[in-house]
Amino acid sequence: MTDASQRASLSERVLAGDRRALARLLTSIENDDPLGEQVMERLFPHTGSAHLIGITGPPGGGKSTLVNEMIRAYREMGRSIAVIAIDPSSPLTGGAALGDRIRMQEWHADPGVFIRSMASRRFGGGLARNALAVAHAFDAAGFDPIIIETVGTGQDEVAIASLAMTTLLVQAPGTGDGVQTLKAGALEIGDVLVVTKGDRPEAIELARDLRNLRQLGLAAGSELSRWDTPVIKTSAARREGIDSLMNAIAAHWSWLEETGEMEIRVRTMINTEIAFRVQDALLQGIRRPVTRDGGMQRLVERVAAREITPLLAARELLTRLSHNDTPP
Amino acid sequence: MGTGQELMSASGQSRPIRVLVAKPGLDGHDRGAKVMARAFRDAGFEVIYTGLFQTPQMIANAALQEDVDVVGISILSGAHMSLFPPIMDALRDVGREDVLVVAGGTIPTEDIPVLNDIGVAKIFGPGTPLQDAVAYIREHAPDRVDLP
Ligand SMILES: Nc1nc2c(ncn2[C@@H]2O[C@H](COP(=O)(O)OP(=O)(O)O)[C@@H](O)[C@H]2O)c(=O)[nH]1
Ligand SMILES: [Mg+2]
Repeated sequence: MTDASQRASLSERVLAGDRRALARLLTSIENDDPLGEQVMERLFPHTGSAHLIGITGPPGGGKSTLVNEMIRAYREMGRSIAVIAIDPSSPLTGGAALGDRIRMQEWHADPGVFIRSMASRRFGGGLARNALAVAHAFDAAGFDPIIIETVGTGQDEVAIASLAMTTLLVQAPGTGDGVQTLKAGALEIGDVLVVTKGDRPEAIELARDLRNLRQLGLAAGSELSRWDTPVIKTSAARREGIDSLMNAIAAHWSWLEETGEMEIRVRTMINTEIAFRVQDALLQGIRRPVTRDGGMQRLVERVAAREITPLLAARELLTRLSHNDTPP
Repeated sequence: MGTGQELMSASGQSRPIRVLVAKPGLDGHDRGAKVMARAFRDAGFEVIYTGLFQTPQMIANAALQEDVDVVGISILSGAHMSLFPPIMDALRDVGREDVLVVAGGTIPTEDIPVLNDIGVAKIFGPGTPLQDAVAYIREHAPDRVDLP
């Protein structure tokens, strides 16, 4: 098969609902294969309508278990749902144990549910480098919503907030160090704050603290904070609060649409995604001379010898990259 | 430095091998599966761990959606002769006959050729060093680029 016909047939098969082709496309995307990139160029016009939902919060907080309940609710509405579940890669071996799927096994016979695990492959922000491209592929294949479960380091997960239309920030009683450490920034990350494990008595207190925090945020907030961030208490174990959560997610979507905020949000998402790509490409470009001919190493030595500042070294690397130079 | 195109697609590393580790059958012992999963992870593989009580359909669906290179089955119960044929059938039904299937557990020598015949590539008995299993997978994980 020629490259062109291979691209055409893969994209057509994905659009026609071929799960096998979709799964293989996701692999190509994840591995930065040129095929994946080219197929996405064909598929991208078919994307843009799905509700992209991010879910973040500390490990063990109940994210995957909650996603399983969300799958149930969306299936009851007759919607096809895709889940991208990201877990960390070991910085030492590159290996990863991807365990989110274990909480979502009951959908194995349901063609309206597609779950894909991704290792972070050392990409930061709780994401994997190609997670968004994978989301676009799901979008083209007709899944809506698409849920991205991030690594959940507990910190430094702001990235997902500017990469999804609706971000759920999960907090579980007893796992974190409580609301004190949950800075007001939480309200900027989460469009919906979810208290999981609501069957535990301490959940009531956590939900109350979060509501107080929200009140503070509203009092101090500007005109811009028109969305009234809800705090929803859920128990996946007892299947409680899931309807409220689904209503809150739907309300957030309506709010985005009705206020024109969607246009802004979508552009922020695209902006972030492009910036991520550039940042990543630059980093890879800078790293290459390290292994190739010690160009980076030489700069490191010059900084170590206090000949130049780190900032100057960085400028020099960037200049080389932008001039497409072979490093000296 | 190359063109922007090269820059954007320059990953530079070989991709990690993706392995599904599953424990079919009705007995509730997943120690073997966990040991297998940990060894594979430490070897640099990306391991999708699905745990206990996996039906053939669950295994096949996970292999399909996760597009794994390898399926590692842990078997303890002695029910291998009844468990493996439906697993291999289910994998074929979802179009994943290309996946490398390996197994770990206690399987009598006389059954091994039968399992090999239905497509189980390799069986690692209880004494097998985990490095051997890792080395086998490194060598035999299919190099899959094109869609069948
Ligand atoms: N009591 C209780 N435990 C829960 C609930 N949801 C999840 N868990 C438990 O919390 C642990 C972590 O759940 P998981 O969904 O894997 O968390 P994740 O790491 O955030 O994805 C598991 O042992 C779950 O059984 C719940 O609603 N109530
Ligand atoms: Mg999880």
